[in-house]
Amino acid sequence: MADDAIRCDACPVLCYIKPGRTGSCDRYANAGGQLVRLDPHVVLDRAVSRGDTVVPFLEKSREWDGALVSGGETFVTAIGAGTTYPDYKPAPFIISSQVAGVDMVTVVTEGIFSYCGVKLKIDTDRHLGAECSTVRAQGEAVGHVTTNEYGSQMLSLGGVRHLTGGSRREGTVTCDTLLNLCNGKAAELQIDDGASVLVQAGTAPIVDGVKEERMRVGCGSATIGMFAKQWFGKVDEVVVVDDHITGVLSEHQAGKLLGVPESGIALKGRRSTPGRYFRVAEPGTSWGGTDIDDPLSILGPFDPEVARPGLRLLMVSTTGEHHAYFELDEALRPVEKQLPPALRESVERIRENCEPALCTVLFMGGAGGSLRAGVTENPVKLTHSVRDALTRVTCGGAPVYVWPGGGITIMADVSRMPENAFGYVPTPALVAPIEFTLKLSDYATLGGYMDHVRPLSSIHRDEESHRRLAARPENPWPLASEKRGK
Amino acid sequence: MNTLTNRAQIRLLPDGRRLHMQDGPIDVIVEAFGEVHEIDLAYRAAAARFVEILDELCSELAFLRRPAREDGDLPSGAIARRMLAAVRPYASQIFVTPMAAVAGAVADEILAAMISAAKPSRAYVNDGGDIAFHLQPSEMFVVGMVERPDRTSLFGTTTVHSADPIRGIATSGWRGRSFSLGIADAVTVLADTAAMADAAATVVANAVDLPGHPMIVRTRACDLAPDSDLGECMVTQSVGELAPNEIDDALKAGIRVAASLLHSGLIRAAALNLQGETRLVAPAGCAQLADVREPDRSLIHA
Repeated sequence: MADDAIRCDACPVLCYIKPGRTGSCDRYANAGGQLVRLDPHVVLDRAVSRGDTVVPFLEKSREWDGALVSGGETFVTAIGAGTTYPDYKPAPFIISSQVAGVDMVTVVTEGIFSYCGVKLKIDTDRHLGAECSTVRAQGEAVGHVTTNEYGSQMLSLGGVRHLTGGSRREGTVTCDTLLNLCNGKAAELQIDDGASVLVQAGTAPIVDGVKEERMRVGCGSATIGMFAKQWFGKVDEVVVVDDHITGVLSEHQAGKLLGVPESGIALKGRRSTPGRYFRVAEPGTSWGGTDIDDPLSILGPFDPEVARPGLRLLMVSTTGEHHAYFELDEALRPVEKQLPPALRESVERIRENCEPALCTVLFMGGAGGSLRAGVTENPVKLTHSVRDALTRVTCGGAPVYVWPGGGITIMADVSRMPENAFGYVPTPALVAPIEFTLKLSDYATLGGYMDHVRPLSSIHRDEESHRRLAARPENPWPLASEKRGK
Repeated sequence: MNTLTNRAQIRLLPDGRRLHMQDGPIDVIVEAFGEVHEIDLAYRAAAARFVEILDELCSELAFLRRPAREDGDLPSGAIARRMLAAVRPYASQIFVTPMAAVAGAVADEILAAMISAAKPSRAYVNDGGDIAFHLQPSEMFVVGMVERPDRTSLFGTTTVHSADPIRGIATSGWRGRSFSLGIADAVTVLADTAAMADAAATVVANAVDLPGHPMIVRTRACDLAPDSDLGECMVTQSVGELAPNEIDDALKAGIRVAASLLHSGLIRAAALNLQGETRLVAPAGCAQLADVREPDRSLIHA
């Protein structure tokens, strides 16, 4: 047997643990050949830098009792805190710690969110499906296609109608899909009359089995504008193929300014403004998000009055992923030729200017009355306190965007939260961590459960049941004194 | 002699009522009800017995990881004997090691220690979901049941009264902490002891299966955990989405086994769960699982 397993000597069971697996206790694990401890309640620790996300078994654990109780350096997240639904009881953990001389209170709970979902941004030009099309997982409707943003397709998944308004299976599958996406796992989605896409927060989308590499540099017209100067003199005509706006160099304002002469090219589709064409083909998953494999299929015959034999034509997609070079023969027919080195450089430049395509997942949910009642006896005061920026809301220590208007409706980037931060109940609904941080005096004013406030040091003593994580450097420290928006 | 207190963690949970004890892979929550003095005595007895358990089991671990035999040697430890007794009824027919009943046997043993030292009106010992409990006459317990062992959410409750013979509950499934040869998300068994329930839940969960189904990913247990008692047995790692008739077939295979265990008195009732489908195996008129029901879907929580 390949001896990549390590022997855990934390107890007399002496488990042999393979890399990436835990011992029989589920508390100790082999992480890349190192024995590490995994404990259930996550304590974000500002003192330790990221990358050291679990506490090594021996050395660091000794430090827990003393040095880190100074406060302000440790923030307790709601992950694993449990919930007290229906929330007439105080939240499971109400922690106080000293930050810059002010007693801060973090009310830690895991909220049960029936009203919640995921906003998914998929960086792709490819046509995933028509707006409002149903998005399915395992055959069940879990959401819909919403707007196309610049270089990205947005999907809206979940929401109370899918979670509790449909069949039991629809609710279960929706909950499962949201849970997987929020916990950073992959989900396979099928769009009615559209593509199948494999999505996972922080990774490239896979559309109909093809991994999306790049996000386009701009629409076809914008690409003409950006690269016109680099093409000038090296080629007579450029068409940037894009399902939204296909650009044509000689007709485009950028080409006109440079004095690019007319080429006699004739594009299919609907001309919008000079050099910009809509709908040159049908949406698809090929050239520039269209359905074409042969770029010449979007061209009509060249105008014999204008075009001349030998005219050089570059056709390229908005990511540079597809490109072809042609020269007109004596009959003014485009004949494919090898791309000249000078043009190869410009195609490479388009590619270089494309950012890596990613899927991003924002959790969105509303903290309802019962959850807020776990924080204070007077729930509406919590809403006001959040509005007035006296109370900071975080999800698993990650910053959230609080929507203006009524209630506490939040959005949070799941990739900024610790792993496996979300759970579920079979209602079905998601269980998400949510923390409210405010000054102790403000907490008293808004009717907080003052007799349930525990000092942070009491959490440290229960170290067996807590998981200590390094704080993520990209997240503002939840207890830091600056107000939101700074 | 108490050489183990440094390793074992014993403390009251923040609610001030339940006792949490952990040592190596053993993680137990104990709660006793009744007079304060009796609860105190019961907790002291539980803790005193608990600190011995892991070393006691590990001293015979090699034996306990080998397949049980109907006529083989007896182990020396009290818990090891409970384990063997619980799996022996299956030993002639299937591959089973005493480890299949370890959690339940530990729960039974701690409960026995509590009851011999004190007189709580009710008490339970929950060893990772395998539960032994004690009821004085006219007392009862309401027990929540989970759909999947890796997600602690209830799909229903069941009530056990003192007049019922049931004193043990256990749940097994491929998503749980132990390996399973079957594909059940959870099989919950009610039996006379926790060790019996534990062994039976393992056996029934193994039987819920679709042998050779392409959507089921299995791996040799020893490739995941080199010292697993299941050795080269293929344990379930993932189960794809099954068609309704496949779910039905797999559950039927489990129901056949559960029904025969019910007939022979090895279990009192069982609930089998696979991909959202639940089947109950219980004698006609059995009250225990009659009130297993889904939570109210119209609840809006947040």
